[in-house]
Amino acid sequence: MAKELLKGNVAFAEAAIRAGCEAYFGYPITPQTEALEHMAARMPELGRVFLQAESEVAAINMVYGAACAGVRVMSSSSSPGVSLMMEGLSYIAGSEVPVVLVDIMRGGPGLGNIAPSQGDYNQIVKGGGHGDYRPIVLAPATVQELIDLTVEAFNLAEKYRTIVVILADGSLGQMMEPAELPPMKPVRTFEQRPDWALTGAAGRDPNVISSIYIDPNEEEVFNLKLVEKQKAIEAQEVRYKSLLMDDAEIGVVAFGTAGRIAQSSIRQARDEGIRVGLFRPISLYPFPFRELREAAEKAKRILVVEMNGGQMVEDVRLALEGTVPVDFYGRMGGVVPLPDEVLEQIRQVHHSLVEPA
Amino acid sequence: MTDTEGMVESLIYAKPRSLTPIGTHYCPGCTHGIAHRLIAEVIDEMGVREKTIGVAPVGCAVFAYQYFNMDLAEAAHGRAPAMATGLKRVSPDRIVFTYQGDGDLASIGAAEILHAAGRGENITVIFINNAIYGMTGGQMAPTTLPGQRTTSTPVGRDIEMHGFPLKMCEILSQLDGAAYIVRRSLHDPANIRKAKKAIRQAFEVQSQGLGFSMVELLSSCPTNWGVGPGDALKWIEDHMVPVYPLGDYKLHPAIRNGKKS
Repeated sequence: MAKELLKGNVAFAEAAIRAGCEAYFGYPITPQTEALEHMAARMPELGRVFLQAESEVAAINMVYGAACAGVRVMSSSSSPGVSLMMEGLSYIAGSEVPVVLVDIMRGGPGLGNIAPSQGDYNQIVKGGGHGDYRPIVLAPATVQELIDLTVEAFNLAEKYRTIVVILADGSLGQMMEPAELPPMKPVRTFEQRPDWALTGAAGRDPNVISSIYIDPNEEEVFNLKLVEKQKAIEAQEVRYKSLLMDDAEIGVVAFGTAGRIAQSSIRQARDEGIRVGLFRPISLYPFPFRELREAAEKAKRILVVEMNGGQMVEDVRLALEGTVPVDFYGRMGGVVPLPDEVLEQIRQVHHSLVEPA
Repeated sequence: MTDTEGMVESLIYAKPRSLTPIGTHYCPGCTHGIAHRLIAEVIDEMGVREKTIGVAPVGCAVFAYQYFNMDLAEAAHGRAPAMATGLKRVSPDRIVFTYQGDGDLASIGAAEILHAAGRGENITVIFINNAIYGMTGGQMAPTTLPGQRTTSTPVGRDIEMHGFPLKMCEILSQLDGAAYIVRRSLHDPANIRKAKKAIRQAFEVQSQGLGFSMVELLSSCPTNWGVGPGDALKWIEDHMVPVYPLGDYKLHPAIRNGKKS
């Protein structure tokens, strides 16, 4: 397929459709609403399910129900709406049904604003809802990556029977850039639904999908099962991009839009003779702990750049285990850092290496 | 010895196929067991067990998925209508029902039930109203009667403080999407028979794709009401029925003519 000029929100919605998404349940919230609108137009014309729910609470529980029926299903929202979905996400995790969610993050806390932010890192990556679970979290930096990761999200969700969250921000949802959509994949027939799905107990024992384990010992057995699944995910699903890290004295670590901005900054810094590289985690869970530590082996300093008050930086510090000093630069409240700002931070870090205080 | 020669053997009682052999955890005198059985009998009689998907609530019926012999999902508190919506929308030829108590349906899940009914979601809701929170040990429900003692209204529900009970049949019957909204009671055999007919009608409404159907069943909670099982049934009749009048609140035109129940 040829490249076309696509808006992020429309791009991931259409990518989901082409990945075989059979049902979408959502609630309007800026800055992701174009995705809901795209689904509202496209899903019915394809004979698939679109429903605008009464709230994000209801939307995620509709998603839960459809997921129990064994179809590819998704929702999308933005930070305050995702907060409302946390109850449902915990139940979905506790029931091991595959679900895809896109969070187009905006400034917070509270009502905040509608500008791009990365303030949901902790809420999404660390679980968010109650109990022990981890969704797979994928953080795109371009519209093309948003498309590709959305397709991948459905595959991963089904492979591991887990939640996969695409964690992007308002700028990625709103921006338009050339990107290529995948070919249309046919949706499954009713007969092709998985054997665990709730389809009616015809010629088999009933299927029950539940997150209740009233006996603590049984709950622990289930928790251990999730832990085992996480180990498999951690072993197989780490994704990241590393740029110019081989000879870098300074390693910038940033995800999503912050990573894309930092990419501009490190090129400028290279032109100034500063040996700086970029490590951009794409899978935030599983976090590329080992890969980051290896990439940072030659680095003298690490600079973490985020559009929040310092959330992923905690995982970076965990990854490096004190082997390399870690600096942090964050803009908050929906403010997007400019490449020049990040460049200035790189210069300052470089300066401190050349002339230690 | 009785001479059995020539007697006709006839089955007069059996557990419905749509119930599992597991004994329930419900308290003696609780009418949940009756409600379960009525639903199971209706599903058996309609021959739809193999295409039915139930959604269990949070509350005393949280283990309903162990008792119904069919595909079941266990919803979050109050979210059963949303979950049922998701199930039904992607499998429109399946029969989908929720089983919800008063706290689940009328309090924490008020938005979900209202909008499911408003959309005319083609699901069936069995609403157990026993005017109290059973599972958590007898606190005030949205349907607790004025003056009724509960552990969170120890001197009786004070309407100045807690307001008035919600009458869900009356509320939901106002919605255009609602096709069949009725209230029945489980306090004596005659009413139980009427309740079963209503449950059958509700599932038929769904089968015919007429829209949202709900049967509210006035039910007992002897444990948390602090009365014996027999007195609890009398309490339904004496105290609940006057506040929650039995009857048909919304009948789709397609069933109003040649009404069955």
